[in-house]
Amino acid sequence: MNLLLLIGLPLLTAVAVLLSRNKQQVKWIALFGSVAQLALAFVLFFIYKHERETGNAAQMLFEQNYPLFKSLNINFHLGVDGISIAMILLTAFVVVAGVLVSWNIEKMTKEFYFLLILLGMGAYGFFISLDLFILFFFLEISVIPKYLLIGIWGSGKKEYSANKLALMLMGGSALILVGILGLYFAAGRSFDIMELSKATVSLPYQQVLFPLLFVGFGVFTALFPLHTWVPDGHSSAPTAGSMFLAGISMKLGGYGCLRVATYLLPEGAKEYANIIIILSAIAILYGAFATMMQKDLKYINAYSSVSHVGFSLLGIGMLTQTAITGALMQMVSHGLMTALFFAVIGMIYDRTHTRMVDEMGGLMKKLPFISTIFFIVGLCSLGLPGLSGFVAEMTIFMGSWENADAFHRIATIAAAMSIVVTAVYILRAIGNTVMGPIKNESYLSLKDAAWNERLAAIILVVGILAIGIAPGWLNDLLRPAAEEIMNRIAGK
Amino acid sequence: MNEFFILMKQELAVTAIIFLLLFIKIGKGIQHSSLLSLVQFLLLINFGAGFFFNQSGWLFGDMYQTTPLIVFQKNILSLGVYLISLLCADWLKKTEHLPEFFMLMLSALLGMFLMISSGNLLIFYLALELATIPVAAMANFDLHKKRSSEGAMKMILSSAFSSGILLFGISLIYGITGTLSFALIPGQLDGSTLQLLAFVFLLSAFAFKLSIVPFHLWTADVYEGSPIAVTSFLSVISKGAIAFIFITILYKVFQPMGEVWYNMLVILAVITMVIGNLFAIRQQNIKRFLAFSSIAQVGFILVGMSSGSEVGITAVVYFVLIYVFSNLAAFGVAAVITEQSGKENIDDYKGLYKTNPFLCWILALALFSLAGIPPTAGFFGKLFLITAGATKASFIFITIAALNMIVSLYYYLRVIRAAFMDKNENPISAIKLSPSVKLGLIICGAGIVLVGLLSWMYDYIHSLSL
Repeated sequence: MNLLLLIGLPLLTAVAVLLSRNKQQVKWIALFGSVAQLALAFVLFFIYKHERETGNAAQMLFEQNYPLFKSLNINFHLGVDGISIAMILLTAFVVVAGVLVSWNIEKMTKEFYFLLILLGMGAYGFFISLDLFILFFFLEISVIPKYLLIGIWGSGKKEYSANKLALMLMGGSALILVGILGLYFAAGRSFDIMELSKATVSLPYQQVLFPLLFVGFGVFTALFPLHTWVPDGHSSAPTAGSMFLAGISMKLGGYGCLRVATYLLPEGAKEYANIIIILSAIAILYGAFATMMQKDLKYINAYSSVSHVGFSLLGIGMLTQTAITGALMQMVSHGLMTALFFAVIGMIYDRTHTRMVDEMGGLMKKLPFISTIFFIVGLCSLGLPGLSGFVAEMTIFMGSWENADAFHRIATIAAAMSIVVTAVYILRAIGNTVMGPIKNESYLSLKDAAWNERLAAIILVVGILAIGIAPGWLNDLLRPAAEEIMNRIAGK
Repeated sequence: MNEFFILMKQELAVTAIIFLLLFIKIGKGIQHSSLLSLVQFLLLINFGAGFFFNQSGWLFGDMYQTTPLIVFQKNILSLGVYLISLLCADWLKKTEHLPEFFMLMLSALLGMFLMISSGNLLIFYLALELATIPVAAMANFDLHKKRSSEGAMKMILSSAFSSGILLFGISLIYGITGTLSFALIPGQLDGSTLQLLAFVFLLSAFAFKLSIVPFHLWTADVYEGSPIAVTSFLSVISKGAIAFIFITILYKVFQPMGEVWYNMLVILAVITMVIGNLFAIRQQNIKRFLAFSSIAQVGFILVGMSSGSEVGITAVVYFVLIYVFSNLAAFGVAAVITEQSGKENIDDYKGLYKTNPFLCWILALALFSLAGIPPTAGFFGKLFLITAGATKASFIFITIAALNMIVSLYYYLRVIRAAFMDKNENPISAIKLSPSVKLGLIICGAGIVLVGLLSWMYDYIHSLSL
């Protein structure tokens, strides 16, 4: 399959959106384009599976390599393995859902959808790049859409949040830039991930470059203590913006931490693994306790995101194959779950015009569909078996337990304890909003979800259930790729 | 004879236009709008001429040289002048002395052409003066404004001062080496104290012209006082030309002193970026704002220059090409708005998106390109400058450069935020763009998007600079 389609299709959609005449056209084109992307992602997934089953054992499939800047040895090198496929699927799901929930946006509809589609394109491009230069290009390309989406369509202190997000992410990018330039010169002038994975980078270089790259990508994925853009950014963004930010953009960071920092600099990863574990354990606990204090639904989800993303960083820090597989599962699971969470919050906010937990109550009576979805996503967040969160977190804990020393054990136990806290805040939030008597008279006239909202929610719920009930397919997809990374770390 | 025409075709074309304008001025004179179209057309021909019959060679002994790279550099400058004539058309039509304005601007351009092509310090000095003095006259073109005269005065004094320093440096070099030829000087250099002194004098003259910190103090006042057409000429075309010849002199003439100027460039680059960025944050006037941001951009050019190899030349030429598009687009938008509403402050741009979406998108593209955010070309330009700077593997240096990109993003976002997000009761009313301004902005916008994505452009420049 030609991977350029994955960039071309969103680009085409974006251009078509720009050229369309009225709002109705814009929306339908965007929806059509995003559904086509989802279909494409599925086709890619099945072809990939077929290739693997027929015995194609190459590390990367569907590789394409075009010279871009010849004199600097920069190539437009594309290729996918299981990790990329999983991330592409996640992106496609979230894009469709994001387009659907924004159906009623009135202010500058065309620009909104254009930026949204562009943001999706950046993510697709990022996940299929095998050249650090274009990977960085696609990472950075999302800065403009993110900034404008929050600043124009956001709510609350949106200008502040947009600025903070853009600058912090730019700071992360600056570190990444220095890191990849260091790799480029240390490994004989190449940005190619496949070449770099075979090159040997001397230990002093690894010790300098690994923290640069890991922290740089870590900013994108809310590495403690650089997570502060997350609560502000997510809570100020419009619904679809939050979904994209938490569902897709944060995964770019996690993917980068693994594929670039850990995979290319294994010695550095071993050196700093303990610090990663400490930081992510703090993030998990701090995120969970901070969530307890929040009263705004978006802040609740934003802080709980910090905690949940901490799990995937913890998995990476554990450096065992199972834990890394679990970390990747957690990325996919959290992407779907948090997108759904923000979608539901958006739906509730559109109706009640508040996001404060205290002011709501009894929504179940008037909004049964939305409340049910809220229930499901809450249970997924606290790790109920049968939903995706449980599978992912369980895998991470199992993988962590393979490290038999006290330090790793304590970190694992500490992280696992956060689940109790999670249960407390999730159940409290759900209880106060959807259960109990209706507090506000005006809620009696509320209408339940419209078709577009139902569709968006169902698509994401299907994803969550597909992982939760039958995690085997995702595991099969991720495990070989994780094994490749582990082989490199073990020095095979 | 034939060779003379082919090698100097761009200089001859510019001279021809200057004489044509002179005859028109002496004769009856024609309407300004038709004169403007004529000049624009001729400039376009001049730009096109740069693509044909390119060959390298020497003229007048070793005084004048040209290579495909030099022709390309001249073409970048020609393109910039053409764009200025498009973007500032509204102002130009209104000005009383249109033929004189173009005569001055083209004389300066001619001076820059000769400067880039010079193979001898003497002709270099002459050409530099030709490139500077007309610009000072141009800076005074808003005849009824005091600030304009003040700016022109500041500029002529500081240029005269820096020329004096330059001449002193050149005389020292002549005293040491007994020659002024670029080709012969390097053989005589061994890094003695006197040579170091001569180099420092030359370097500070260049620093004056490029407004490198701490020689930048004239920049902001001159930029603010001058009409926007002149400001954009000063900050884009002059800077580009000086950067081109600076890199030639560093790499060719002072090649034996590579260690010395590498360290100096690193220090200058760091303080230029930092000071330029920090001062840009506080500016309210859009012209001053762009002035300080252009100082910071020069800091980035120095980062690339410090590499000392053909990667550095390529990155600098490529960046200047992008810089022409990005900065002229920003100045173009500012020119249109100033011309129509008389407003020059960033706060006046609030709510601009409601009334002028097209201008806003061009402005956003330009500023994102200056900040180095993809998919704009500025991303590639900055990245390659930093890559070139990293060849000497000084991590701290490139880290500082990369961190400066964050600071610059902060203040560029200020303008974008004002235009796109802030609410305003009475924003600048909808502006009807004249066709030539629109064409200019579209060319700039297309350049900003395409120069980066069409990656063969970089490889082409690289093949020229080998």
